[in-house]
Amino acid sequence: MWAMVAKEFRQLRRDRRTVAMMVVLPVLLLVVFGYAASFNVSSIPTVVVGPDAARAAAALHAPFDVTQVDPAAGRSDAQSQLQDGKAVVAVVTGGSSVTVLMDGTQLFSVQTAETALAKMEQARPAGSPAPPVSVQILYNPDLITSWVMVPGLAGLILVFIGTLITSLGVVRERQTGTLEQLAVMPLRARDVIAGKIAPYLMVAAVDLVLIVLVGMGLFHVPFVGSVATFALGAALFLLVTLGMGVLISTVSQNQGQAIQLAFMIMLPQVLLSGLIFPITSMAAGVRWISYVLPLTYFIQISRGVMLKATPITALWQPLGLLALLAVVVLGLAIVRFRRDLAPSTRRAQRGEARSEESVAA
Amino acid sequence: MSWGLEDVRVSYRRRVALHAVTVPVDPGRVTVVVGGDGAGKSTCLKAMVGLLQPEAGAVRRPAKEHIGYVPSTAGLYADLTVQENLDFSAVAYRLPAGRRGPREAEILERTGLAQARDRLGGQLSGGMQRKLAVGLALLHSPELLVLDEPTTGVDPVSRMELWRLISGAAALGTAVAVATTYVNEAARAASVVLLEAGRVLASGSPEAILRSVPGAVGTARGGGTARPTPLSWRRGPDWRVWAPAGDLPAGATKTDPDFEDAVVVAELAGERGR
Repeated sequence: MWAMVAKEFRQLRRDRRTVAMMVVLPVLLLVVFGYAASFNVSSIPTVVVGPDAARAAAALHAPFDVTQVDPAAGRSDAQSQLQDGKAVVAVVTGGSSVTVLMDGTQLFSVQTAETALAKMEQARPAGSPAPPVSVQILYNPDLITSWVMVPGLAGLILVFIGTLITSLGVVRERQTGTLEQLAVMPLRARDVIAGKIAPYLMVAAVDLVLIVLVGMGLFHVPFVGSVATFALGAALFLLVTLGMGVLISTVSQNQGQAIQLAFMIMLPQVLLSGLIFPITSMAAGVRWISYVLPLTYFIQISRGVMLKATPITALWQPLGLLALLAVVVLGLAIVRFRRDLAPSTRRAQRGEARSEESVAA
Repeated sequence: MSWGLEDVRVSYRRRVALHAVTVPVDPGRVTVVVGGDGAGKSTCLKAMVGLLQPEAGAVRRPAKEHIGYVPSTAGLYADLTVQENLDFSAVAYRLPAGRRGPREAEILERTGLAQARDRLGGQLSGGMQRKLAVGLALLHSPELLVLDEPTTGVDPVSRMELWRLISGAAALGTAVAVATTYVNEAARAASVVLLEAGRVLASGSPEAILRSVPGAVGTARGGGTARPTPLSWRRGPDWRVWAPAGDLPAGATKTDPDFEDAVVVAELAGERGR
């Protein structure tokens, strides 16, 4: 038995990725659950509009974070702020009552806001002249969890296909020697890369449509926004995840290594993208990680389009960032993959190597 | 036109894998690169087809459309059928559409895989996989055919059939380069390059290499496990002995060396030279 133990330790010592997973992963999970995993929302972006906006804003304290006070604006302006994701709560003053609009796609923020409002109501002295407050939850009035989760899960499944499955498909070619064959064949590197990625892109697109349809059919998740905007966001997100898959394959010698690396890339996205824990409740020290994860932006787009009909103009930031990530990740993946398909010429220290090719008659 | 390597040097991470290696590969002839594990055979062939770029020297090869290559792993798709593997290769090598069907049928006949055309590549025996791999490399009638240990791990009958394919390609004018660890396969080539530790120990026709054996080779019959001299090696129940100066030890009778002896003598001479 001890010979087996010693052998296993020797093999582990040389398998750095497995050791990294065994050591780094628990630490990562500890940090995440320590600093990021929280359903307590301490800051709720709030806009206040209407003739009594200033007085209403003064009455609001934490967790409400008043970001805009506009006496000239009305209900439709306030609603736009929620639709565009710039605020979670909008207080509309004027008239006989104060209406508090809440973005029902932000479950935990809304629950926190409702609790805070209830406390404020209780604290109000009897006979106070302040107008009554009515709360309207928009986009997800019953605060149904599946409505919020399904758009995010769609992204998670795209990460799975784009990152893990794609990387395995490419690594398999390297293991079986067919990648060498492709490199010798008269195929352009870009044809090989595009040919490898295209089927996974198509399968992932079909998967996405299926997930959305099942979400709408089974869980009655609404789809009230622009299909074109959703498709654009999904396409950009897919390009990023496929790029990550190809990149993983260029640094993996076998499928086991590819799976490990894909898992290490997927796990932070599950935990820190806002899919489960709200980003606003994460400590600043870990919140920055969310902003480099592509799933974070896809969730903003998918939830915004499906539940709130957020217009494309309001989603320029997540769309633009996804486009940037796609260019960087896919570009890097292509550069590395090309090296496998077309080795570069290096200058020799003593004289240059000559490679002559003659075109056959 | 002659293809191959001329004074090529290749390094992997500061370790020199090939030292000024020359491997000429002529049309209509089979050139065998023979050597033990780590001799640099695969490196030679990879440099020849462009998978590696040398630091120095010259590589002459035709355009990619006219190269056929079989890596040491066979390089065929296990989850595609024999026919599908052929179809993919035909398209990749831009075989004219009208020629594809007849050419694929011809290759299936020559490789003996016509009855297995609908079988998955991964379901073929080792010998059949190698024959398919060679067939794929011959599909587009290449000018240069490069095969990395095509018969390793293959049964003797399949090995014979593979060599028929290889010789047949050379007979049709193809320049063929084959890497092998089997000395007896090198003996049937038109030209041999013997490699050890990235250096050429001997090159030329098998007959020329045989004629160039220096000194004398003898046979010491039977005996225990102790070598008769430091320059001796087992051949069956006997010992072969090499005397560089021609002075065989007592008990050893002079023997006409065969190609295997010539290879061993070259390796021993190379070790002495280092």
